[in-house]
Amino acid sequence: MHELGIAESALEMALTQATAAKATRVLSLVIRVGALSGVDPEALRFAFTAILPGTPAEGAAVQIDSVAALAYCPTCQRDFVPDTDHFFECPTCGQLCSTLKQGRELDLIRLEMT
Amino acid sequence: MPPKKTEPALTSVPGANDVIVVDVREPDDTPVTPPGDPVPGSRRTVELQVRLLDQNDQQAAENRAVLKKRGIRALNFVSSPGAGKTALLERTLDALAGEVRCAVLVGDLETDNDARRLRRPGLPVAQITTGGTCHLDASMIARGLAALPLEGVRLLFIENVGNLVCPASFDLGENRRITLLSCTEGEDKPLKYPPIFTSAHAVILNKIDIATALGFDRAAALANIRRVAPQADIFELSARTGEGFDRWLAYLRGLL
Repeated sequence: MHELGIAESALEMALTQATAAKATRVLSLVIRVGALSGVDPEALRFAFTAILPGTPAEGAAVQIDSVAALAYCPTCQRDFVPDTDHFFECPTCGQLCSTLKQGRELDLIRLEMT
Repeated sequence: MPPKKTEPALTSVPGANDVIVVDVREPDDTPVTPPGDPVPGSRRTVELQVRLLDQNDQQAAENRAVLKKRGIRALNFVSSPGAGKTALLERTLDALAGEVRCAVLVGDLETDNDARRLRRPGLPVAQITTGGTCHLDASMIARGLAALPLEGVRLLFIENVGNLVCPASFDLGENRRITLLSCTEGEDKPLKYPPIFTSAHAVILNKIDIATALGFDRAAALANIRRVAPQADIFELSARTGEGFDRWLAYLRGLL
């Protein structure tokens, strides 16, 4: 349920950017959500439907780009995608690796305004 | 001859053993700007790279700096409700009493029950009541730190809101994140809730005194923890009986 707070931060940042650019409306927001960010994309989407009405971002399209987790094996020097059965286990050598190259993202990456 | 300097005697301060309650429920009085009229022909796209938790992370960095300046090491305890965070802290505080000066911040949606359980002579303890909020964030910790007498404190224990999901996303400015898993929860919780385990410095497997009665597969649980948190130190212990506590206390002493 912390998605509501995350959505509020995103809206605040979007409106700050829009005000600075002298825009009156935010038409769309694109947010990047990593698989290991702890944020559920659907809950985040739902949170936006609750907070956008009545603001300059009312009716804005919310696009959520999911980012898969990507781990790195220092022995094989290659990236791999962890899955729930073989979490952080290198598919080539079987070593458990804790280096995460991506998957924790939680970013506002694009805004469309007018 | 000047009087010998002694440690501040918190116990002698009237009310020092009362629970400090920091209520962080915020009234919803944010002014809402109404949507303006669209300006024709001004439609444009802006590429950004803004971290949504930037504000929290900045506050966490400030907390970390404040704690470092005071020579305090902070630990953030996260787990599902009922995994034994409070029981672990009770035994830990008793074991370190008279040896290491500690302080406690404990978060819950409602009540100061946990802070009352953790009250000890001379121990600064504050209850953070979050209202509906499912996790502690860095600004709540900043307010909690401001409310606590921190003179001479070396270890700060932060007991997060019982929740295996949301607290994973919020850096509080802690030096160590400790995730608890108890035998009653099942062996596969690390695989079901990876973020809170992948971000842990240490994982505590609690309630091992009843593992056999539960038919709990310790080997499977440990293997699951290692898969999701290969970086973490693992402690198997029982906060109720004290089994496995020597290693845990040595870990804490090693942080000082």
